[in-house]
Amino acid sequence: MSYLEYQVKYVPAGFRKLLFLNWPVVFLVTAVSGFGFLMLYSVAGGSMDPWVTPQVQRFGLGVAVMIGMAMVPIWFWRNMAVVAYLLAFVLLVLVEFVGVERNGSQRWLDLGPMDLQPSELMKISLIMLLAAYYDWLPLNKVSKPVWILVPLIFIAAPAYLVLSQPDLGTTILLVSGGGAIMFLAGVHWAYFATVIAGVVGLVTAVFQSRGTGWQVLKDYQYRRIDTFLDPTQDPLGAGYHITQAKIALGSGGWTGRGFMQGTQSRLNFLPEKHTDFIFTTLAEEFGFVGAFGLLVLYALIIIFCVMSAITNKDRFASLITMGVAVTFFLFFSVNMAMVMGLAPVVGVPLPLVSYGGSAMLVLMVAFGLVQSAHVHKPR
Amino acid sequence: MKRGPKEIEDSSRRISRRAMLLGTAQLGMIGILGARMASMQVEQADTFRMLAEENRINIGLIPPARGLIYDSEGVVLADNEQHYTITMTREGAGDVDEVLARLDRIIALDPEVLEKARKELKELSPFVPVTIARRISWEDVARVTVNAPALPGVVAELGRSRTYPQGLDMAHVVGYVGPVSDFDLSRIEDQDPLLQIPRFQIGKTMVENNLEHALRGSAGTKRVEVNAAGRVMRELDRVEGIPGADVQLTVDARLQNYIQARLDGESAAAVVIDVTNGDIKGIGSAPTFDPNVFVQGISVALWDELNEREIDAKLHRRPLAAKTVQGTYPPGSTFKMVTALAALEDGAIEAEDTVRCVGHTDVFDVRFHCWRRAGHGNMNLNESLKQSCDVYYYDIAQRVGIDKIAAMGRKLGLGERHDLPMSAIRSGIMPDKEWKREARGEDWRVGDTVNASIGQGYVQTSPLQLAVMTARIATGRAVKPRLVRSIDGVEQPSGAGESLGLNENNLRRVRRAMYDVSNHSRGTAYRTRIQEEQFRMAGKTGTSQVRRITQAERDAGVTRNADLPWNRRDHALFVSFAPADNPKYAVAVVVEHGGGGSTAAAPIARDVMLQALYEGTPPLSAYPSASRGQIAEQQRRLADLIRDIQPGRGTQDT
Repeated sequence: MSYLEYQVKYVPAGFRKLLFLNWPVVFLVTAVSGFGFLMLYSVAGGSMDPWVTPQVQRFGLGVAVMIGMAMVPIWFWRNMAVVAYLLAFVLLVLVEFVGVERNGSQRWLDLGPMDLQPSELMKISLIMLLAAYYDWLPLNKVSKPVWILVPLIFIAAPAYLVLSQPDLGTTILLVSGGGAIMFLAGVHWAYFATVIAGVVGLVTAVFQSRGTGWQVLKDYQYRRIDTFLDPTQDPLGAGYHITQAKIALGSGGWTGRGFMQGTQSRLNFLPEKHTDFIFTTLAEEFGFVGAFGLLVLYALIIIFCVMSAITNKDRFASLITMGVAVTFFLFFSVNMAMVMGLAPVVGVPLPLVSYGGSAMLVLMVAFGLVQSAHVHKPR
Repeated sequence: MKRGPKEIEDSSRRISRRAMLLGTAQLGMIGILGARMASMQVEQADTFRMLAEENRINIGLIPPARGLIYDSEGVVLADNEQHYTITMTREGAGDVDEVLARLDRIIALDPEVLEKARKELKELSPFVPVTIARRISWEDVARVTVNAPALPGVVAELGRSRTYPQGLDMAHVVGYVGPVSDFDLSRIEDQDPLLQIPRFQIGKTMVENNLEHALRGSAGTKRVEVNAAGRVMRELDRVEGIPGADVQLTVDARLQNYIQARLDGESAAAVVIDVTNGDIKGIGSAPTFDPNVFVQGISVALWDELNEREIDAKLHRRPLAAKTVQGTYPPGSTFKMVTALAALEDGAIEAEDTVRCVGHTDVFDVRFHCWRRAGHGNMNLNESLKQSCDVYYYDIAQRVGIDKIAAMGRKLGLGERHDLPMSAIRSGIMPDKEWKREARGEDWRVGDTVNASIGQGYVQTSPLQLAVMTARIATGRAVKPRLVRSIDGVEQPSGAGESLGLNENNLRRVRRAMYDVSNHSRGTAYRTRIQEEQFRMAGKTGTSQVRRITQAERDAGVTRNADLPWNRRDHALFVSFAPADNPKYAVAVVVEHGGGGSTAAAPIARDVMLQALYEGTPPLSAYPSASRGQIAEQQRRLADLIRDIQPGRGTQDT
């Protein structure tokens, strides 16, 4: 498909496409990444090494990839969806066998100069595939059970592989992102209501049965769930990290303790301070003003993406834009909720801020898709 | 697949609707996150800030420098020695074994300490300094410092420790400090956080213990920032502690040195009091020990040795006991002044009244003997004291009664626990009727009075009490012994004392008799007199029995002291003051199981007295010509034991 399908008034071409980029999103992404550079500089104790330099390089590469992708028509990317999904899927299977294990989790492929995390790739590939699927599927078939089963398999297969790595955070992101595309594509309310009711019912049953004769799980499994949901029960293990994270965050106050003055991060009370818990350092050093500012930047990215999606008549384009927005949203909201003690600790990085090559590049690829959709919007 | 415009519109509208819905939900979630941020960072900020501060700030104690102890001339008796300790961190060393091997080549390490250090280096956090060698010499410090590049992680640290430059001389006065023990902590109610410092040194005995509060000072604090692993990152601030107060004693280190040298080889005690103000100028006890070995904690072997002598070796010389205050002995004839003064003050006798001594007296059916079996003939006060006739006192004591004798004894400081900053001071016993009822549950008998009249029976006195008694007789005032001259520069109250209210004529008679003891040819201490006219000495000998002499033994002839086992021999005592006409010092000497007072105790008292009066070695002319040769020989022998002590820097009073 191409512009031929639509009645268009104007078609940008060549370098004129640059003018039609979603520039606010470009600026916002750059601003958020800038926050990330500052924080990485701070947690490294005021040094470009070991995190800022590679992160900046990857961001530069990411920006190039994003703009490059924006220049390519969105229908090309739609046609690539199946390829991308299959590639990501194969890599995920490979990880299962030849992946590099770190911290008890087998997520990475050793590619020589850099490590690749195929589950990151899958996040964006799955959204592409689902968006293409619903672009292809006639509207009247969307809510038919058979046609619902297909995307469920698309989601479940990689989700299972990722969960077995194990990587609960990415699994949640995959399932939620996929579910969001299905919802946007117009799958009937009743399905979502049924699934939600089912999950709630199951969870309730599991907890209600505790201590009765027909309890579903073993006692130790319940205790694990307890600790997972409320880490403060394990103050020296998982609880220690979350407690320290909350102290860091709360002690920031209104305006923070000053750049590179955060005691919690500087004195190593914070865990994973350059990756999953980087937000606590930011909140400690820049206070409510800085933390809320970052939240506002994130919110603006979502708003601009949603606006772009709503105004785009192309089905694949708006689905992919929304899909990226939802995934992005899930990224930062799960991460923030986690470090603020609102959600259990699952390994989800703060998008564009946490140190990590795969995540950064995949996000920039995703925003490349968003930009391509925006540029090639039927006008 | 081609879609019609309507279909496109339819799809677009549906996506838009749901996108708006999802977008709104997302913004709602963002709102929740923002609210949570506000609640934590704005509302609870203070709580979290405090928790963050608690995390990072540790408070450490800075031990204050312990107060020094000086003698009356400013000589340092207890000092804080700076010494070097070699420590090492695993982190700094890298290859621990290699660095230790190199260090061992540079300075010889104690294998025992090294083994312990190796273990600690393995177990403790990599940044915790572990002690490799203690109290190393300056040369070794220099060697380590020069080789620093080859010894990563090795540091020479400056520490402080108590030392006693006078060594054995002052052990029984100054005492010693030692690492605080669990026993100490359970025993003392002291909330001072300093005591929680491992191996913090506190006073264990004597002045160190009794003036602990003044000497210790108070802790300073330093606040340090630590990281999550507990490593100190930097010091935030520090409040210096208050150093302990310096203490100046009344004891003269040179005189004390002489006393210990003179007592060497005996089991004896000697006390010198300045009668004009109660200052204790010397207070020696032999045998003695080196307090320095206790400072770092004493080795088990040495402790056993010191105690074994006490318990097992049947010598009972007790090097750890300060016999001056912790030993009590029957005063023997040195008590006779008390009996005499009691009788004179009571008016029961006149000084010229005579009692006929036939060598014994019978009280009911018990016979009490005079030390001179043949008897002394007619005795008045002066003669009885001069020749130490027992029967005279048996007689006058029965006339005046025990209660008045005991009251006089107490007036002169017997039975009283003189309050000095020393440990385990004993009050001795000044018995009377009530005492016996309470302590023994028996009635007082006349025989008890007879025994007490010559300082036997129940009477128990410490050498310090005897010195105080003599000072009081010499001055007629209630001289109070004083060991501490000043604390932190503040002069302590003088011990000159008020008048005892005794009749001056009676006192003069007793003093005159004491003068004759030393200076009359029939006096028991005539041979140990002071020849120097201006320093004439008045004194009294005492020989107190520690065993009962049975009638059978008496009939067979009393065994001579030299033939008895050491611990069955008589105690030898001598009390004295000089110059006789204008008393300056009172000296009391007790030689445990030394035999006769005149032969064992009086020479020591005379030598000590002369040393005190001359403030150094007296000329031979101060001695009677008959004994000069022997004295010269003794001075040569003692010269090895006497150190050259120069007056020091630490005189306190202004």
